[in-house]
Amino acid sequence: MMAEAKKYPAPQGNPETAPFWEAARQGKFLIKRCTACGEPHYFPRSICPFCFSDKTVWEESSGEATIYTFSLMRKSATGPYAIGYVTLKEGPSLQTNIVDCDMEKLKIGQKVKVVFKPTDGAPLPFFTPV
Amino acid sequence: MTIKGKAYIAGIYEHPTRHAPDKSTAQLHAEVAKGAIEDAGLTKADIDGYFCAGDAPGGVMNMVDYLGLKVRHLDSTDTGGCSYLIHLGHAAEAIAAGKCSIALITLAGKPRTGPMPPRAAGAESDFEAAYGATTHNAYGMCAMRHMHDYGTTSEQLAWIKVAASHHAQYNPHAMLREVVTVEDVLNSPMISDPLHRMDCCVVTDGGGALIVTTPEIAKSLKKPLVRLIGHGEATKGPRGGKDLDLTHSAGLWSGPRAFEEAGVTPKDIKYASIYDSFTITVLMQIEDLGFCRKGEGGKFVADGNLISGVGKLPFNTDGGGLCSNHPVNRGGMTKIIEAVRQLRGEAHPKVQVKNCDLAVAHGTGGLLGVRHAASTCILERA
Repeated sequence: MMAEAKKYPAPQGNPETAPFWEAARQGKFLIKRCTACGEPHYFPRSICPFCFSDKTVWEESSGEATIYTFSLMRKSATGPYAIGYVTLKEGPSLQTNIVDCDMEKLKIGQKVKVVFKPTDGAPLPFFTPV
Repeated sequence: MTIKGKAYIAGIYEHPTRHAPDKSTAQLHAEVAKGAIEDAGLTKADIDGYFCAGDAPGGVMNMVDYLGLKVRHLDSTDTGGCSYLIHLGHAAEAIAAGKCSIALITLAGKPRTGPMPPRAAGAESDFEAAYGATTHNAYGMCAMRHMHDYGTTSEQLAWIKVAASHHAQYNPHAMLREVVTVEDVLNSPMISDPLHRMDCCVVTDGGGALIVTTPEIAKSLKKPLVRLIGHGEATKGPRGGKDLDLTHSAGLWSGPRAFEEAGVTPKDIKYASIYDSFTITVLMQIEDLGFCRKGEGGKFVADGNLISGVGKLPFNTDGGGLCSNHPVNRGGMTKIIEAVRQLRGEAHPKVQVKNCDLAVAHGTGGLLGVRHAASTCILERA
């Protein structure tokens, strides 16, 4: 089953996350990495959620990931959608929708890549099967 | 310091309504407060501590004013459906510390009548809100991964609903009293894979309340004595996306804390109230609390093992959230109330556990597949 093109809400943005959305406008998908403990994380914070250092830097992600889990939400006013978590090649897992695919054929462990979808503001990251 | 044995549940009340379009939410809070105070044999003037969560209109100050209370201790901890289990633990702490002597905890609301007000957005909002996480699919994602990792099946999950329905048939207030089969669950419409409609709890208006007090005051009252001997609380979330694991819940930490404080083990438990927002919620909590090993929950719940008088772990003998009541989409309060009924010997005779002297009431709040809290209370007949 394929979902129709859907209107997504524009990110509100804030000083802490503005560089993420600026990069998204350039088609780049950023994560944060802590230069003190070396751990990457997502969604981005200014202070590392692991070691609490403020030495975090932006890093462009490969956008390559695998599906950790998903659920095909059938009871929705805007049509069915596949919500899931994907684990990036760099390590962090994140919540997303798996889009532009036959949702009935999705599998845990399947390879996916980032794809941006427009909003009235900055575009939002989604993932689609490779 | 421990809260073990320092607080007793002296009053309980579950509102009989499941649909209340003719009442206000504040009114429902007042009605359940009145019910619990009368159950304890106390008066409103005796209350000197008040606990409520996000369902209380206007928050704790406004509710204290509306109810006409005069209290010296307040707590408005909100962790969704398990708030009231945490309130019970916190009330015991406050009583043990002398901050109050008779605490009232209330829950009430009307999600069946109309939509609940939205919650304030967290820091994650821009990075998650667009993806449409709901209760159904957040728990669906947990179930999907649990099936992948451990081979859990829809048939096994269905047994949880079947057991709840066996209990609900004896509860005149239950929203769904019909006994269902595994096939009924599997044949109900798919809502969010792999969860069927009958894997989901009911949506009800209503509420409940508790009175928590000192051992001395409890012993001066007429009700059978039930005391809290262990409590744990914990939270879990994606934590920056590191080590995401949706097959475990925060119950993995709240459970052992409660059992350790109580000095008992899951093997000692005679009755379990386990939050059943969805069938998968129960299965994961049974594993996380240590009733079986991780991944063996499917086998554990199958073949009626949760049915009172049939299986080894009678659970949710009121019919639970799956069949009886899930007021305000928050199941923690009714979990405590049915555990107290069991320990008092006041459960329906058809589901009353014989010589029920030790029970657990456990719940989660928030979304298991996103970020959530868990709380575990070990209760004993004194």
